[in-house]
Amino acid sequence: MAGINIINVNKRYGNVEVIKHLGLEVEPGEFLVFLGPSGCGKSTLLRMIAGLEPVSAGEIHIAGRDVTQLPPGARNVAMVFQHYALYPHMTVYDNMAFGLRNVGVPKDEVDRRVHEAARMLELVELLDRKPVQMSGGQRQRVAIGRAVVKEPDAFLFDEPLSNLDASLRARTRVELARLHQRLKATMIFVTHDQVEAMTLATRIVVMNRGQIEQVGRPMDIYRNPASRFVAGFIGSPAMNFLDVTRAQGDGGQVAVRLPDGTLLQTTVSEARLSLNAKLELGVRPEAISIEHADALGVLVGTAEVVERLGDQTHAHISLKSGGIVVAHAHRDSLIAPGDTVGLRLDDAAVHLFDESGAAHHAAPRSSP
Amino acid sequence: MSVVVQSSVAAALHRQLNQGASPGSSWGNFMFILPFLVVYLLLLVMPLFKGIWISVQEMDMLSHTTEFVGLKNYRELWADDIFRGAVRNTFYFVFMSTPVFVALGLALALALNRPGLTGAVLRAIFFGSSVLSVTIVTLVWKLVLMPHHGLLANITNAIGLPSLLLLTSETWALPVIAGVTVWWIIGLPMMLFLAALQQIPHELYEAAALDNASRWRTLVSITLPAIRRTLALVAIVQVIMQFQLFGQAHLMTQGGPNNSSRPIVQFIYEAGFQHWTLGYAAAASQVLFGIMLIAMAVQVWVSSRKEAY
Repeated sequence: MAGINIINVNKRYGNVEVIKHLGLEVEPGEFLVFLGPSGCGKSTLLRMIAGLEPVSAGEIHIAGRDVTQLPPGARNVAMVFQHYALYPHMTVYDNMAFGLRNVGVPKDEVDRRVHEAARMLELVELLDRKPVQMSGGQRQRVAIGRAVVKEPDAFLFDEPLSNLDASLRARTRVELARLHQRLKATMIFVTHDQVEAMTLATRIVVMNRGQIEQVGRPMDIYRNPASRFVAGFIGSPAMNFLDVTRAQGDGGQVAVRLPDGTLLQTTVSEARLSLNAKLELGVRPEAISIEHADALGVLVGTAEVVERLGDQTHAHISLKSGGIVVAHAHRDSLIAPGDTVGLRLDDAAVHLFDESGAAHHAAPRSSP
Repeated sequence: MSVVVQSSVAAALHRQLNQGASPGSSWGNFMFILPFLVVYLLLLVMPLFKGIWISVQEMDMLSHTTEFVGLKNYRELWADDIFRGAVRNTFYFVFMSTPVFVALGLALALALNRPGLTGAVLRAIFFGSSVLSVTIVTLVWKLVLMPHHGLLANITNAIGLPSLLLLTSETWALPVIAGVTVWWIIGLPMMLFLAALQQIPHELYEAAALDNASRWRTLVSITLPAIRRTLALVAIVQVIMQFQLFGQAHLMTQGGPNNSSRPIVQFIYEAGFQHWTLGYAAAASQVLFGIMLIAMAVQVWVSSRKEAY
């Protein structure tokens, strides 16, 4: 169990800067997830920690040791690749033992570690098989086993679930969470899937265009996204955004006028917002309640698509004033496509984003 | 009940069988392969059997006489010192050149399997000589090896060594031909190996790097197993090609000195088209064919082995 310290790291390919002076401290035993869209530099950052990409500037320390110039094998990290990268002509046993044999681990110690990992990952029956004789999920478990036997300072996962089908992905996710609880090892996990990030991470690092947008615990990021980008990236269905204009508020709290002219008094503090700022209002589907179209102070729209997921229902409402918002309806809601409905936004759960993309959150309503 | 089940199974089976082409229409389908079949029969199968037929005849092209002699030609070949020498020379040549083709081809491919201009230029240079015809290649090397005035002679003279008369040496003539052959077509195996190397997923090398594998270990444990089919292919193709050595020997040494560099194909050529004993030449051809057939069988055996990949 070891911490990782990334100090002012920079990566450029020729003139293109893919990682811009990035600093990050990974706590020992933490499950850290790099989350971002493709091309945001998250995989590059992981590969720099592994030593597979040289850094252009800055330093990387693992377990207090400067490894910036060390080759991958000397960093005592293990990596699980997206396409497994198992050695195709070796058996499962040899795949797992390869790295240990290369550093001269005694034969019986190799045997002990491989069998222990095989038991943990339910691979005992497969030890004599070759990768081609196994399913995708089994191969992924072997790839994880190959990392586990090395007992590394840190595990690095490069989108390891993206090649699995949906149900297997969910199961492997749980297995990974269990593995982390059991080994209590430092793990860094790269993904573009916010569900994986939310469910697995101790902390999430949201990245965009080679920079860190926000670092925080999953629920902190969900509740208080630092920027318009993070707000749009985290959550499924995604947060709804509406262009609004600033109106006269009261009690030092911002009021905004919605596209159809409805006035919404938020609990966002006026202090850090300039008066003429162009604003965008963000509201999550669960902060919108569906009411009768005639109710007072609601946004009127027409239901276009109703998605029934069983435990909840997502209603896609086309607003009279333009734009589409997604709202959570009750799972037994009778709402049907074509219905005219009124939407009420929870004024204590809205977010305002100014022109720079910075977020201003509503103060939670004080409990009665 | 079970009768009902059986009959429905039979009906389903019948339907399944009928989904394919019915036997009646298959003769129409046959037309699609007819052009190939005609060419194949006329140009490959027929000459093959004709060759075997000729090899059991005494055929004199000058007097146009033909006489069935059974295996006489083969018995004579067995007793013919020059033919036995030619077989020996051919095997010697194959055993000299093929390992070099495999080892050097692989070494070049490993060295030049890199992006960038230098790699591309060197690949082009090594492959370049493969496009030359055998006459040009042998001419170039005869100029290099020319006694007294050749490049090699100039070099040995300049450093005060005696002239090396390689092509007129019984010991060196065939190895020199092997060297020239390697120089000529080393680019082909190199290209095959390069293609195979580029098929290996890069992630495997990254995994090996994280697994602390040294360069040698990576070569032995990752690269060679991944390209072992290409290794077998190159070896077998080269064996088959080098058994048919002719042009280089014919043009550089005419089989000499003292028959020390005469390969089987040259023997066949001389028997058939200089001594006009076609039956004898055909018999020698069948022997070469038999040798190469064995080599082919090895190739089929190697490539049909179950790949765990």
